[in-house]
Amino acid sequence: MTATIEPEVGKARRRKEDERLITGRTRWTDNITLPGMLHMAVLRSPFAHAKIVSIDTSAAKSASGVVAVYTGKDLDPDGAIGMPCAWPITPDMKAPRRPVLASDTVNFAGEGVAVVVARTSAEAHDALEEIDVEYDELPVILDMEAAIADGASLVHEDLGTNTSAVWKFDSGEAGTGGNVEDAISSSEVVLKRRFRQQRLVPAFMEPRACVVDPTGTQITMWAATQVPHILRVMSALTLGIPEHKLRVIAPDVGGGFGGKIGVLPEEMMSLLVAQKLGKPVKWNESRSETMLAAHHGRDQIQDITISATRDGQVTGLKVELLANLGAYNGLVGPGVPILGAFMFNAIYKIPAYHFACTNVYTTTTLTDAYRGAGRPEATFAIERIMDELAVELGMDPLELREKNWIKHEEFPFTTVCGLTYDSGNYEAATEKAKQLFDYDGLRAEQEKRRASKDKVQLGIGISTFTEMCGLAPSRVLGSLDYGAGGWEYASIRMLPTGKVEVTTGASAHGQGHETAWSQIVADQLGVAFEDVEILHGDTQSSHKGMDTYGSRSLVVGGIAVIKAAEKVVAKAKPIAAHLLECAEDDLEFAGGKFTVKGTDTSTTLADVALAVFAAHNLPDGVEPSLDSDATFDPENFSFPHGTHLCAAEVDTETGRVKLRSYVCVDDVGVAVNPLIVEGQVHGGLAQGIAQALFEGTEHDESGTLTTGTFADYLLPSAADLPSFTTDRTETPATSNPLGAKGVGEAGTIASTPAVVNAVVDAVRQFGVNDIEMPLTPMRVWHAIQHGTTDAGGPGRGEAGGGLGSIDATGGAQ
Amino acid sequence: MRITVTVDGTKYTDEVEPRTLLVHHLREKLGKVGTVVGCDTSNCGACTVHLDGHSVKSCSVLAVQADGCEVTTIEGLARDGQLHPVQKAFNDNHALQCGFCTPGMIMQSIDLLADNPDPDEQAVREGLEGNLCRCTGYQNIVRAVRDAAQHMSPGAGPEAERITETKHVGVGGD
Repeated sequence: MTATIEPEVGKARRRKEDERLITGRTRWTDNITLPGMLHMAVLRSPFAHAKIVSIDTSAAKSASGVVAVYTGKDLDPDGAIGMPCAWPITPDMKAPRRPVLASDTVNFAGEGVAVVVARTSAEAHDALEEIDVEYDELPVILDMEAAIADGASLVHEDLGTNTSAVWKFDSGEAGTGGNVEDAISSSEVVLKRRFRQQRLVPAFMEPRACVVDPTGTQITMWAATQVPHILRVMSALTLGIPEHKLRVIAPDVGGGFGGKIGVLPEEMMSLLVAQKLGKPVKWNESRSETMLAAHHGRDQIQDITISATRDGQVTGLKVELLANLGAYNGLVGPGVPILGAFMFNAIYKIPAYHFACTNVYTTTTLTDAYRGAGRPEATFAIERIMDELAVELGMDPLELREKNWIKHEEFPFTTVCGLTYDSGNYEAATEKAKQLFDYDGLRAEQEKRRASKDKVQLGIGISTFTEMCGLAPSRVLGSLDYGAGGWEYASIRMLPTGKVEVTTGASAHGQGHETAWSQIVADQLGVAFEDVEILHGDTQSSHKGMDTYGSRSLVVGGIAVIKAAEKVVAKAKPIAAHLLECAEDDLEFAGGKFTVKGTDTSTTLADVALAVFAAHNLPDGVEPSLDSDATFDPENFSFPHGTHLCAAEVDTETGRVKLRSYVCVDDVGVAVNPLIVEGQVHGGLAQGIAQALFEGTEHDESGTLTTGTFADYLLPSAADLPSFTTDRTETPATSNPLGAKGVGEAGTIASTPAVVNAVVDAVRQFGVNDIEMPLTPMRVWHAIQHGTTDAGGPGRGEAGGGLGSIDATGGAQ
Repeated sequence: MRITVTVDGTKYTDEVEPRTLLVHHLREKLGKVGTVVGCDTSNCGACTVHLDGHSVKSCSVLAVQADGCEVTTIEGLARDGQLHPVQKAFNDNHALQCGFCTPGMIMQSIDLLADNPDPDEQAVREGLEGNLCRCTGYQNIVRAVRDAAQHMSPGAGPEAERITETKHVGVGGD
């Protein structure tokens, strides 16, 4: 008999993490104080591009409380240290050395030029003002197209170009599809559009920080990072610190969204300074510094050409991107647009595809991963142009999508990019979303409002999407020149009392790993949810891992936990058989018990753990251990999908956009904890909607960031957002034994085009076919007044162009 | 300057620099690191505490201004091991993810409920406008605050008692 125990996976468990977070007993990096600890502050360049003529630190050195002041030449006299980039996307990628502190030139406003170490943080910041730096200004390069034009000023003179690399994929050449030029020249309808992905700030709530303690037998570094394991190995490689002498701890981390994926110059400075002084050193940045010097996201110009038959069959897609890297390569920055390359074809059967991306250096803060990394950009472009194509063809945009998407019965399906989508059901998600949204009712209301020339017009925006989650398959990553594998690690330690310690290499920063992993382990081992402790974010306790990004934690790290649990059970089985004096084959394991088949005779895993601890009565040759570990490296990515529908009301007199309703149905495969899934979707929606309506960095012509604080950069508050209607369909992934697909990025990826499609739909009757993001009231009003704008508008320095922003309507036209 | 501040029921007398902000006094001098700093422009609200029973952003109050005052932080809310109803509602409704904004969000929510014991969704959204969250999209926070309003009971903390007096409600909860 097997006990009937309600499975934990699928339960909306309240989170284990919350108790410390709601009572203020949290361990943020900035909460860490060590005896004799000093504070480091960084002097940052006010210029976007300048030669450093001289740095005079003498006054700062004698300032109150100051222990030391260092320039780049002090910390790295030979100029040998370069910040790492783990994703050189082409063999000939031009890569400038990014120093820890700039010594010769500064290449973006905010780049560090000196550090002060003092008794208190206030004293360190006071002393920054005493450092005298003489700069000789160089030309500022902000615009990507200007940067790659002939005769452009160069960010890095020694590279001889502002083009870092050009990366291409062509389905004709790859043999995965046809030739796109043939498709375009022979199609009845051709639509060409330029979209811009404005530059965003990840804006995690906890600013970046690190504390380095060099006083023990090894160096301990606490860091507000998403990637403690990668940070350790990269620190070792960058600074030559023996890896086994460095322990990195990511304690509670206040959000990341890709923004804490970097290996930071400030972390390297802290390591160098702490070692020089032999004392613990803390660096904690202000929000203004975060805005200026933590990496930004997005920032692409997308030229998209789509071709189709008159009855709506898409025949080809051509994508030409310019991607702004900023002044240097971030840890994975060059690869971000490449991830997008595989997602422009989205959920559609596109027979011919060409993608080319030019990565460009400019004198701006570097860009790198931001929630979704490459995939939101791609989804935006395809979902926007599908809407425009529907208008061009006089079709309902949902009908156009249905006509082109991969049908449920066609899975697994290999796309024009060569990826095989394992499972999906776009019909089910769309049908559910339509019903929740009242699609037909809202369309009818829209017609009425248009006919009555209501000052508030209604728009309906559609976004269907898929993404590649679980950034893992090491062989695939290798083929894309990514500098590491994508496997994940877990270990399980059965304690003598039957409790369980689990380590995961997937380091959490708000995702609820402790809860979800406990649910998984409870099911696997038949132990209580409360009896499982999840250890993460410490290279000493969870000593291997690839950390957390790209919605990989559950679908890779969670599976490693399952694999480790299976090994524990396998190890326990011969011991249980020995204890029960039966053959192993006679035992079955369920609900935490080994039972002799067909009898009531059983022993629990906890009994076995105690027997192992005592080790008095083990089978011959069996070691006294129930510990196990495992890595999981899946064969394929996972592909969550969903349908998002947005109804937006636009006040045509003021340009103000109000989201009337937002409905999404996501398919993330099996949901381990529906509560966490829902929360992740909500947060993702907020970020994606914010890109559509609120957020965007701006620089003035001198390269100064004019959106450098939360007073200038509009992060939405509760009052700026609506309530969302979220639901799910569940089509299990076949690429992992859990059937999970990943959820962290879904909301962000799908919502931006849904909102922009809705707003453009609301004002299309004024001749508008695009509005550049963010869709501020001024830009929307401007679009209404001027009939159209597919670029420009207030905020870009010039008014958007006149009519005719459909650049090419070829074929039968 | 010498100031005396009662924080979470304990009286502290310290020398502070005139420029020291209350949040830094709490964190650095008194070790009350449950209250956090998220920005330097008073926009994010992560550092919200109660000063004499009303929410303030502790980055916009000088420590010397708190002289003689009573401060309640997130660390002083739970009493006798019992969570404040707002704390519990945040857990029940999955109103947090990374949790960095949460102390400020909870402190602001309690003040909001003191002003309006049974707010509708819009009132909660407007009442939390000064507190930014990047993880949750706010929906569950709004739900938590409205849920907490139905569960206020005396004994969970000084602020809960104040709210109860306003509401003239004996025992709430389910």
